[in-house]
Amino acid sequence: MSDISFVRTEMLPQQEPPATSVGVVGWMRQNLFSGWLNSAITVICAVFVFYIAGFLLSWAVSPTWAATSLGECREILAGHEGACWGVIRDRWVQLLFGFYPADQYWRPILTFVLLAVALAPVLFADKVPAKLIYFSAAYPFIMPWLLWGGAIWGPLVAAAGFVLGYVVYRVVDGMAGSLAAIIAAVAAAIIWWLLLASPLAGMLTGIADIGLEPVASRYFGGMMLSITIGVVAIACSLPIGILLALGRQSDLLIVKAICVGFIEFIRGVPLITLLFVASTLLNIFMPPGTNFDIIMRVIIMATLFASAYMAEVIRGGLAALPKGQYEGADSLGLNYWQAQRLIIMPQALKISIPGIVSTFIGLFKDTTLVSVIGLLDPLGLSNAIRADSAWNGIVWELYGFIALMFFVFCFSMSRYSMYLERKLRTDHR
Amino acid sequence: MKKSVFLGVLTVAGLAAGVAAAGTLDDVKARGKLNCGVATGVPGFATPDANGVWQGFDVAVCRAVAAAVLGDQMAVEFVPTTGKTRFTALASGEIDMLARNTTWTFSRDVDLKFDFVGVNYYDGQGFMVPKSLGVGSAKELDGATVCIQTGTTTELNLADFFRVNNMSYEPVPIETNAEAQQQYLAGACDVYTTDASGLAATRATFEDPSAHVVLPEIISKEPLGPLVRHGDSEWGDVVRWSLNALIAAEEYGVTSANIDELAKGTTNPEINRLLGSEGTLGEMLGLSADWALKAIKANGNYGEVFEKTIGTSTPIGLARGLNAQWTEGGLLYAPPFR
Repeated sequence: MSDISFVRTEMLPQQEPPATSVGVVGWMRQNLFSGWLNSAITVICAVFVFYIAGFLLSWAVSPTWAATSLGECREILAGHEGACWGVIRDRWVQLLFGFYPADQYWRPILTFVLLAVALAPVLFADKVPAKLIYFSAAYPFIMPWLLWGGAIWGPLVAAAGFVLGYVVYRVVDGMAGSLAAIIAAVAAAIIWWLLLASPLAGMLTGIADIGLEPVASRYFGGMMLSITIGVVAIACSLPIGILLALGRQSDLLIVKAICVGFIEFIRGVPLITLLFVASTLLNIFMPPGTNFDIIMRVIIMATLFASAYMAEVIRGGLAALPKGQYEGADSLGLNYWQAQRLIIMPQALKISIPGIVSTFIGLFKDTTLVSVIGLLDPLGLSNAIRADSAWNGIVWELYGFIALMFFVFCFSMSRYSMYLERKLRTDHR
Repeated sequence: MKKSVFLGVLTVAGLAAGVAAAGTLDDVKARGKLNCGVATGVPGFATPDANGVWQGFDVAVCRAVAAAVLGDQMAVEFVPTTGKTRFTALASGEIDMLARNTTWTFSRDVDLKFDFVGVNYYDGQGFMVPKSLGVGSAKELDGATVCIQTGTTTELNLADFFRVNNMSYEPVPIETNAEAQQQYLAGACDVYTTDASGLAATRATFEDPSAHVVLPEIISKEPLGPLVRHGDSEWGDVVRWSLNALIAAEEYGVTSANIDELAKGTTNPEINRLLGSEGTLGEMLGLSADWALKAIKANGNYGEVFEKTIGTSTPIGLARGLNAQWTEGGLLYAPPFR
C-alpha cells in the first residue's frame, strides 16, 4: 500500500497565464470590458471619440495652405467642409511678433533664447554650471534693452544703482549696524535712480551713442506681447508674493496692515478693472506730457495682481509647516532671515509648488485680457486680422492656432512643476 | 476729508490736462508724428495688413491730416482703441484725434466735451435676414429673434424701432461682429442688425451672399466722423478742413492723377485756392500753402479713398448712397474754400 501516493512530490512548472488575461487583450478585458455596463460604455465612448476625431481631422486636413483669401479657400474646397489655413500662412509672423519691425525680429528671438539661458540656473540648478547665475542676475537689464532698444547706457546706469546700494550697505554695515545699512542702501539707490541716473545716461549717450534702434511699445503685439507681460509679471510676482506672505504673518503692526490691505484690495477687484485703471485713469491723473509706457503700466498692474494671489498661495505653504520647524530654527540660534531662507521657505515653497504654478499659468492666460484696452495681443490681433476683407469670416483657424501656442507654454509650465515636485520629494512615501 | 483731497487732485489734474491740450498743432509738429486713434479692426475702415501697415477708410483720414500737417502721410502713430477706451484716450491727450467710426451724437459732442469736425461716412442701422425667411420689410419682423451687439447705440435704436411699430422681438446678445456672424449663420437668430456698412461687410464674407438680403429700412442716423478735444479750435480747424479738402477735391474733379497738373494753376480760382497756388488759406491754418495738395495726394480725393477701401470694387462693395456729393444726390457738402 505504501507505493500509492496521493500527494504530488514534485512541483509543476509554472505556466503562462491564459492568453485572455495578459497583453493587450487582457488589459482590455480587465479595464474596458469587465462587465456588460463597462462594455457598453466603452463602445459608446469609442464611437464618440472616432466620430469627433474623424470630424476634426477631415476639417483640419485641408489643402488650403496657399490660399490668399477666404474666397480662394472656398474655391479650393469646392463646397467641402474644411479649414482655411491660408490665414495662418499669411499672418503667423504677425501673430507671433505683432508690429515689431521685420528687420529686428532677431531681437525678441534672442531675448527669449537668452531667457531660457537665464532661467536654466534657476529651474535646473543641478544640471548647469553655477556661475551662470550671474547671467540670470544681469538678464533683467538685458531684456528691456533688447526689446525696446535705445542706448545701452540706460540699463547700465540702472544696474549701477544696485551696485551703489550694495556698496553703501557694506560701508554703513561696518559703521552703524545692519538696519541703518539697509535704509541707507535703499535711500542711496533711490536717489541715484530718481536724480542722477537719467542725466548721467543722457550724458553718456551724448559721449558714445552705442545702442539698438528704439522700438516703441505700440509695435509690440501678438505672442511676443503676451510672453513679455507674462514673463516679467511672473518673475516679479514671486518675490513680491513671498514678501507679502511674510509681511502678513509679521508681528509688526504697520507691515502687517499694509500687506493685508494690499492683498485684500487687489484680490477684491477684477484684473480687468486694474487694466482699465492702467490704460485710462492713469492717463488722466498723471501730469500732461508724461509718457508712461502703456506696456509698462500693464506689466505693473499684472504683477501687482499676481503677487497678491501668490502671497496667499505661499501663506498656505507657511501655514502647513508644523510649529516645530520655527522653534527648531530658533533653537539653532538663527535670526529671522536666516530661518526663513534656510528652513521655512524651502519647505513652504515646496508645498506650494502646484499653487504657485497654477497662479503662473493663470497669469499667463490673463494677459489676453489686454485686448480690451486696445493692445493687440494674439486675441486682439485675431480681431484685427478678421477686419481684413480677405480674411473676414475666419474664426476657428485663428483661435485654434492661438490656443495651440498658449497650450504649448502652459503645458510646459505644468510639466515642469510636476518634474520639480518629484525632484524635491524628500519624504518617504 | 480724504474724498475732498482726492477730488482736489482730480481737479488739478484735469485743469493741467486742459492747459496742455491747447496747442495740439504745435505738439504734433514738434513730435513729428500724429497720434491717431483708430479701431482695433473694422472691415474696410481700419485694419492692419500682413506687414502691420494700417489700411482703411478711417485710416485714410488720419493719413490725410498727417500729410497736411507734417507733409508725410506715413508720419502717423496709430493707436488702436476699443469702444471702451476711445474717449478716455482722446480726453487724456494720448491721441490727437479719433477716427474710429464714431457716431456723432449730442451727448458725445456736448457732455463728453469733444468736437466732431465733420462726417466722413453717413451710416445707418439696418437688418439682414436669410432670403429663405421670406421677409421683404423690417415691418414684418414681429416676434423675430435678433442678434444684437450689447452696449451700443444699435441696441437702443432696435428697442425704439420695435416699440414704435408695436412689435415684439427676442434679443440674442452678442459681443463682437465675428461672434454675430457665427451665431447668425448657425441660425441662432433670424435677424442680424448693425450699421449698414457692417452688414454689407459681413454679408460679403458669407459662402453664399445671395442667400441673404439686407432689408431696405434704415432705422437710425449714424453720422460717423473724426473728432478732437474741446477747447483747441485751431487743431479742430486743421482736421475739419483736411477732411473738407478731400470732399471738395472730389467735387472739383481734383484726383491723385491730375493733381500735379492742376497745382500749377488753373482757370478755376476755387481749385487754385484749395491747392495753394492762389490765396493764403494754408497760412491761416498755420500750415504750408500746399497743405491740401499733400492731403489729397496721400490717398486721393474722397471718392478715390472710398472706392479703394469700401467701394463697389472691394469685397465690401458699398454703394455711395448718402455718401455721394451733394451734386449727385448725396449729403457730402464741403463749405467753400475762400
